[in-house]
Amino acid sequence: MYACLHGSGNLTALAFEFSPTVEQTAPDTVTFDVSGLDRLFGLPQDVAAAIARRATETGVQANLALAANPDAAICAARGFANGAASGLRGPHILPQGDEAKYLGSLPLTVLAPSAELQETLERWGIRRFQEMAALPALGIAERLGPEGLRLRQLARGEVERKLAPLEEPPRFADELELDYPLELLEPLLFVLSRLLHGLLTRLATRGLATNELRLALGLENRATHNRTLRLPVPALDGRSFLKLLELDLAAHPPPAPVVNVSLAVNPVKPQAAQHGLFVPQAPEPVKLELTLARIQAIVGEGRVGSPEPLDTHRPGAFRMNSFGRAGQAHSPAGPSPSLPRLALRLFRPPLAARVSIEAGRPGFVAAKGVRGRVVQSAGPWRTAGDWWTSDPWSRDEWDIALSDGALYLIFCEPRGWYVEGSYD
Amino acid sequence: MGAALRQQFESLITPKTLTPKTLAGLFGWRERPLPETVPTGVAELDAALGGLPRGGLTEIFGPPSSGRASLLASILAAATRRGEVCALVDAEDCFHPQSAAAAGVRLDRLLWVRCAHNAEHALKTADLLIQGGGFGLVAMDLGDTPPAVARRISLTSWFRLRRAVEYTPTVLVAVARQSNAKTCASLMLECVRERASWTGATPLLRGIRARVARRKPGHAVTACFQAGYRAEALK
Repeated sequence: MYACLHGSGNLTALAFEFSPTVEQTAPDTVTFDVSGLDRLFGLPQDVAAAIARRATETGVQANLALAANPDAAICAARGFANGAASGLRGPHILPQGDEAKYLGSLPLTVLAPSAELQETLERWGIRRFQEMAALPALGIAERLGPEGLRLRQLARGEVERKLAPLEEPPRFADELELDYPLELLEPLLFVLSRLLHGLLTRLATRGLATNELRLALGLENRATHNRTLRLPVPALDGRSFLKLLELDLAAHPPPAPVVNVSLAVNPVKPQAAQHGLFVPQAPEPVKLELTLARIQAIVGEGRVGSPEPLDTHRPGAFRMNSFGRAGQAHSPAGPSPSLPRLALRLFRPPLAARVSIEAGRPGFVAAKGVRGRVVQSAGPWRTAGDWWTSDPWSRDEWDIALSDGALYLIFCEPRGWYVEGSYD
Repeated sequence: MGAALRQQFESLITPKTLTPKTLAGLFGWRERPLPETVPTGVAELDAALGGLPRGGLTEIFGPPSSGRASLLASILAAATRRGEVCALVDAEDCFHPQSAAAAGVRLDRLLWVRCAHNAEHALKTADLLIQGGGFGLVAMDLGDTPPAVARRISLTSWFRLRRAVEYTPTVLVAVARQSNAKTCASLMLECVRERASWTGATPLLRGIRARVARRKPGHAVTACFQAGYRAEALK
């Protein structure tokens, strides 16, 4: 049994809701196989009623016909299109074997014959299906050739063919309504594992991978807990994804028990890269992401990344970038200093200090873990900035050497003296 | 027959001939190949010490202002210049990105993990990074960790790190005030501050001169290096 929808609206989506075998016969005509739906809905009338109901819900305006072969359904849907003004017109159900009788009153223009053939048929006085169906096959073949013969078969509703199916638009999202609310992470991971496995299998069969996982957890208090995981490169590693989800949910647990789980992935083409034989090794992106997530679970969020000094004179200003995301392999090498540079080791936060001044210079410094007489000093290095903002800074810096030989950077600001760090 | 064999054996194992090489030849042992080394970026040290071993733990220790951080920055700069991806596990959150960038470290190739004054987290993180693989250098900075805390890290933990990094192309570097890894370290470098350089009528910190002594393996080898700061920056 085949169904045909002829009209306007998202006919394909409606057809895919009822059958995986859908043919886009014309821009305004969709034919699909409804065999087997009788076991679900019952009689063909019930199948047609179910399609009509769904069409009304989705706002599809079309003429519906059901027949034993696709072309009879198409002819009926197109031919009887001038029915009701809105909603689903029809449905027209053609009983098997009586197609010719049912279609007999339709004009031949429904079959869209060539102009020459139509003119010939006009001259013969053949204008309707029943007149064409009544003509002898041999005579038609002799006078009109194969096209005429095919037109006769269509008019009799006898053409048997297979549909040229459309590929179902891929949808990489799954949802699961839970029977009872989940409070613990472990059972939730079982559910996620199932959804993830299905999605990744779907991606793999289409030769795709994903670089983004979108998780939406419906909660008992009617709120939704959304989490998005982005990967630097597309991958298909289910175990790693599950571990990443686990670590993310452990760091950001849903505030209430979970009653609904929805998982979607972003389908992208997998990345194929040939690494150079002599290029230094680098961490595998998915493994690195997993390692970083694990480390983040230990040390806390925002404490792992690649530092980037900010374009400001404010001492020690930097921001943390995500590591391994932005073209780390392509940044140009900076000039290398001729001799090693003296590195500064900071105290975060700076140590509050008591400093005694002798002849306008620091003479003695005492702070937590730092104490001694200043034997040498350089400064002050006076800096200030951001006075036009709500967070201005102003300080006098001193490089000092204490009696124990250690070198420190201290500074004085309106709030007092601080030890910023040590030169090491 | 037996006496002759015994005599032959005893002639072979005289103290003069009892070296690892002769023993290896005698018993068919295979000598362990020398590990591949990478330069520290300080020419004086590379010439004297021969670089840092891959697949081994290098411990750099010394008091504050003895050039440990400058040496570490130089090692990181050399590694990132080679195109390797490096990780710095910063136990005390004391890394200064600006001075590292000035030392030539390519910060986009450096993963910085700030452990917020927790040495245990630093150990776990270093272990995860080594297990994850792909890093050319993993540095664990315990330089400002109080010695009492660093001493509490058990030898088992250091041994696990050593085993994790073994047979990998990763260089593991630990910086501390005192030697903690003991026998687990493949190379131990002790930094000793020699002097700080101050110049000019208006004093200016020009840099420090530090001495680095190799404590392990083999006999002690010493090399000195200079690290410059403000004076060079103002030139």
